[in-house]
Amino acid sequence: MDAFLSPSLAISLPALARGLVHTLELAAVCLVASLLLGLVFGVMRYAGGRVLHALAIAYVEVFRNTPVLVQILWFFFALPILVQFEISAFTAAALGLSLNSGAFSAEIFRAGMQAVPTGQWEAANALGMSRARVMFRIVLPQAVRHMIPAFTNRWIELFKLTSLASVIAYPELVYSAQQISNSYFNPVEVFTLVAVIFIALVIPASYLLRRLEARLRRSAP
Amino acid sequence: MTTDNVIEISGLRKSFGAHEVLKGIDLVVPKGKTVVLLGASGSGKSTLLRCVNFLETPTAGTVAFNGKPVGTPKGTGGERSYSDRELRALRAHIGIVFQQFNLFPHMTALENIMEGQRAVLGRSREEAAARAEALLARVGLAGRGGAYPSHLSGGQQQRVAICRALAMDPDVMLFDEATSALDPELVGEVLRTMKALREDGMTMLIVTHELGFAYHIADEVVFLSEGRIYEQGPPEQVMLHPKGERTRQFMLGHSEFRLPHLD
Repeated sequence: MDAFLSPSLAISLPALARGLVHTLELAAVCLVASLLLGLVFGVMRYAGGRVLHALAIAYVEVFRNTPVLVQILWFFFALPILVQFEISAFTAAALGLSLNSGAFSAEIFRAGMQAVPTGQWEAANALGMSRARVMFRIVLPQAVRHMIPAFTNRWIELFKLTSLASVIAYPELVYSAQQISNSYFNPVEVFTLVAVIFIALVIPASYLLRRLEARLRRSAP
Repeated sequence: MTTDNVIEISGLRKSFGAHEVLKGIDLVVPKGKTVVLLGASGSGKSTLLRCVNFLETPTAGTVAFNGKPVGTPKGTGGERSYSDRELRALRAHIGIVFQQFNLFPHMTALENIMEGQRAVLGRSREEAAARAEALLARVGLAGRGGAYPSHLSGGQQQRVAICRALAMDPDVMLFDEATSALDPELVGEVLRTMKALREDGMTMLIVTHELGFAYHIADEVVFLSEGRIYEQGPPEQVMLHPKGERTRQFMLGHSEFRLPHLD
């Protein structure tokens, strides 16, 4: 315990706190962006015409089957050469993580919507409802219930993957920890603390998602 | 073409791949009348019913609604093309009740009945709710509007589904084996609801296996066999004195068909 309260760690705390804020920012942006990408491409694959369907498959296959790290490095180092513009570490990391996670999310949306019985489409169609209305009022609300466990896993994974942004020097939690550890030679304390911070954030979040899922099931099974 | 017929079907064909389920059907459903489709499973009666509101797209032939043919001709083989907009407008005037109810499980009974009114007819929340409450009361479910489908019995769910269709003020109601998924003791409440509709003058096209009910409710019985109309006429004629061998065998095969009573 004494080792943990060492002066070097106390000095490190503000920098780690800034790193944590950056991690949370990156995670929040990627979570929202990947949800939107997943919704758009998932719906395209589930209910789109031939062209939209093919586009959605291409997107999913490209971004699901390449390592996120490669995507982040590509956006940071390769894209600026191809299109001649500056890209920040944050933007490159957010692009790679969102597009990758969006591809997995699209598959979660598709599977969730496919689990809704066709009788629901028939009943809604028979009332004369438009496709968009059927999608957003009838199919998606039912599909979301099936999707929460899969999204819990996805978001835990996404949150941990933000650590990859450290390779392009985005000062998130892990990059900050590396800097501190290099300056104060205290890797045991710093990296243990980083691990504890991840656990302390992920476990309550997944608990809350389980509660949400249980509540949705209770309200309208 | 008279407009006294709500539905006029002519030369209707439907194939699933190489398998032709309907082989040229001509049938009219006059306003205010109840037509019952009978036949063995696989005879095409459910497919025929589902072609009326285009949940199944006919391969050839026409369905006319209130005297107006649906879709536009496409070539010479009797094929027609149908736009989404046209089908949506048509479906808003045709109520259908499914074997499996197909209520929206994430909505209460009341919300189920309000959804089509709000989305398609553009009624206000208050107007739609008032209509839904009135319909629930009519089918003996007053005060149950707040219940989710999973908290209702099969018979209650099916009555809610009937209300959902009626709320659109349809010109015709289609019933696709509406009581086949129900426990025997719950069949009566749904049949009574259908009978009350007939007495109110609703035009109906019904697929059912309840022969006693069919006998009592039908103005006309249509017996389908292998995708064709095999025999049709008033229930006394088709069901008690069938001319065709297949019709006779079908009626004899249904030993539960005891005439004549319905509570």
